Amino acid sequence: MADAVSERERRVLDIIETVRAKRPKFKDAAITMAHGAGGKATQTLIEGLFVPAFGSEAGAVMADAGAVGDDLAITTDSFVVSPLRFPGGSIGELAVNGTVNDLAVSGARPLALSLAMILEEGLDSDTLRAEVEAIAAAAEAAGVEIVAGDTKVVERGHADGMFLCTTGVGRRDPRASLSPQGLRPGDRVLVSGSIGEHGTAIMLARGEFELAAEIESDTRSLWPAVEALLDAAGPQLRCLRDATRGGVASVLNELARASGVAMIVREAAVPVHPAVAGAAEILGIDPMYVANEGKLVAFVAPERADAALAALRSVEGCEAAAEIGEVRTEPPGMVLVQTAFGGKRVMDQLVGDPLPRIC
Amino acid sequence: MRFVDEFRDAELGRALAGEILSIVEPGRHYKVMEVCGGHTHSIYKYGLDDLLPANVELVHGPGCPVCVIPMGRVDDGIALAHQPGVIFTCFGDMMRVPGSDGSLLDAKAAGADIRMVYSPLDALRIAKANPDREVIFYAIGFETTAPSTALTLKRAKAERVANFTCMCNHVTIVPPLRALLDSPDLRLDGFVGPGHVSTVVGARPFEFIPADYGKPIVVSGFEPLDILHGVHMILRQLAEGRCEVENQYKRVVPYDGNPRALQVMAEVFELRPHFEWRGLGFISHSGLKLSEAYADLDAERRWTVPGVRVADPKACQCGEVLKGVIKPFECKVFGSACTPERPIGTCMVSSEGACAAYYNFGRFAREREVV
Repeated sequence: MADAVSERERRVLDIIETVRAKRPKFKDAAITMAHGAGGKATQTLIEGLFVPAFGSEAGAVMADAGAVGDDLAITTDSFVVSPLRFPGGSIGELAVNGTVNDLAVSGARPLALSLAMILEEGLDSDTLRAEVEAIAAAAEAAGVEIVAGDTKVVERGHADGMFLCTTGVGRRDPRASLSPQGLRPGDRVLVSGSIGEHGTAIMLARGEFELAAEIESDTRSLWPAVEALLDAAGPQLRCLRDATRGGVASVLNELARASGVAMIVREAAVPVHPAVAGAAEILGIDPMYVANEGKLVAFVAPERADAALAALRSVEGCEAAAEIGEVRTEPPGMVLVQTAFGGKRVMDQLVGDPLPRIC
Repeated sequence: MRFVDEFRDAELGRALAGEILSIVEPGRHYKVMEVCGGHTHSIYKYGLDDLLPANVELVHGPGCPVCVIPMGRVDDGIALAHQPGVIFTCFGDMMRVPGSDGSLLDAKAAGADIRMVYSPLDALRIAKANPDREVIFYAIGFETTAPSTALTLKRAKAERVANFTCMCNHVTIVPPLRALLDSPDLRLDGFVGPGHVSTVVGARPFEFIPADYGKPIVVSGFEPLDILHGVHMILRQLAEGRCEVENQYKRVVPYDGNPRALQVMAEVFELRPHFEWRGLGFISHSGLKLSEAYADLDAERRWTVPGVRVADPKACQCGEVLKGVIKPFECKVFGSACTPERPIGTCMVSSEGACAAYYNFGRFAREREVV
């Protein structure tokens, strides 16, 4: 049926793409959880409200880190995950690795962090102590120092235990020439390991589903992976993203739009841990949309793709890295999936996240 | 994953697609309706259209639980959610369905305590954990989900959970199918029968389709091979001049259904004289309400709901989409005024809705081949 595409269908598809290509307007009467989910609503909020107000280009605000001077990069991130501790990590580790990774994927070696804590009245001291230790350990592992901080306490009920905010500074690696607009047709898409583990671990840790599986959060510093990629591909490394909220699918959509290219993903090539696949199947969720806290997506020119993949696989924690697809020209701004079953479909941006407060 | 991967085998899929191609008459156009939204979702998710011959067209049917909820019932739910002291619980995809003035998600942002649950038992658990609050479960779905609501109500009654009630929007599958078949603009060759509903009601209730209307129906599972197999069985009936109820989903669906599930439903629910369906209007004996024995647990009796009937938005053509009369993209507002982020009609909300499935997965025509 699909090859008998009517004039009308084509016209409708054209209208949709015109509508989607426009800068979104922020018209909602109030903030809903969807605005924090990393999908379309978040994009509308950023492009429709923040970018016009802060007078910067969409690319600059949407990027993981901004430039300061010639060789420094700065980024900031806040953490509201529930529960505070989960298999494989805790809010303290996320607060370090999340910010470190935003620097890393912008091609900057992480140097130092500041840390702001919003604590809820009544928070157990042992809980706080455990998180302080987790922060110290993660910072040491990532090779960054905590150089400044702030503490606030709010009344009981005004924060869920603790919220953390970290700001990070890094030095740009001279070999990195990364840009979200830099993708070229033919570029290969790599992921640094099996996907969806952080989001699934959090989901199961909340105990809402009466499901149990041995899945741990993948929270870790990505700088070693970035360094290996820069060694192997240098300027042929086009762009990097860490696939946090909204998962790998959201990263691909964001960059397809930013570069005006198409992408095709081979579903069968995407590494997914069997326990993640099983949980996602039961819950009706696609692992491509599930959050990671230690996985990056790399876009590499085809001639350096094999070398980059080999380099990535030699890094601890990235042994399962894989090439999952490539950049094409048509239809611009769209991500398509070659399904494992043999059909083809669109892999769109997320509208709202079924799972809030994962990081 | 065992018992799943076997039904997603690409090689078997190609072989089955070849079989299908060999039994269709070239030059004849086949229209097959998949009744259930779960099928619609799978068809787009796996790109099954790409594996079917060009003259076999799949038409999406009315079996999407969220899609058939009329606006007035959403408004009633929102009114209950705003009652002081109430914790309002519902399934996730219900939250974004637009009422006449916003959705449950908007009501949540405005301060109502609305919580997403995955099972009615979760709602009952919330009630037990919050004895000083009133917990309402907004029940939706066909016979697939009705037994779990019924069991939950039975348990609430047995355990005397006084702060738990249910606003029942359960519907039944046969009346809308009959309404559809009576519709004069219908031109279908056969049906892929609903697999999940049939685990409860069985395949027997669909015997009227071949008997009274002369169309074959094959109850099918939801994996890609199940659906291709179901389509193949329908086409084979047509090729051999047969017309009957067949059961492709035998590994789950007994021909006579699940007697215990049917029994608990009969105990807890009774048929409403009529129920309004989104886009399809009022259909007699198509909705369920709580029986007299469970009246104390009926949210519509504990509170007064506005009960105002709200006409579907004029521009919205969900009714025609649900009947398979038009394709999603043929709706006047599809993709422009009505998108998954700002749905006007219900079909754009649920992942099982035909419009959402087409917009999210299928918005790519083969002629725009990736190059």
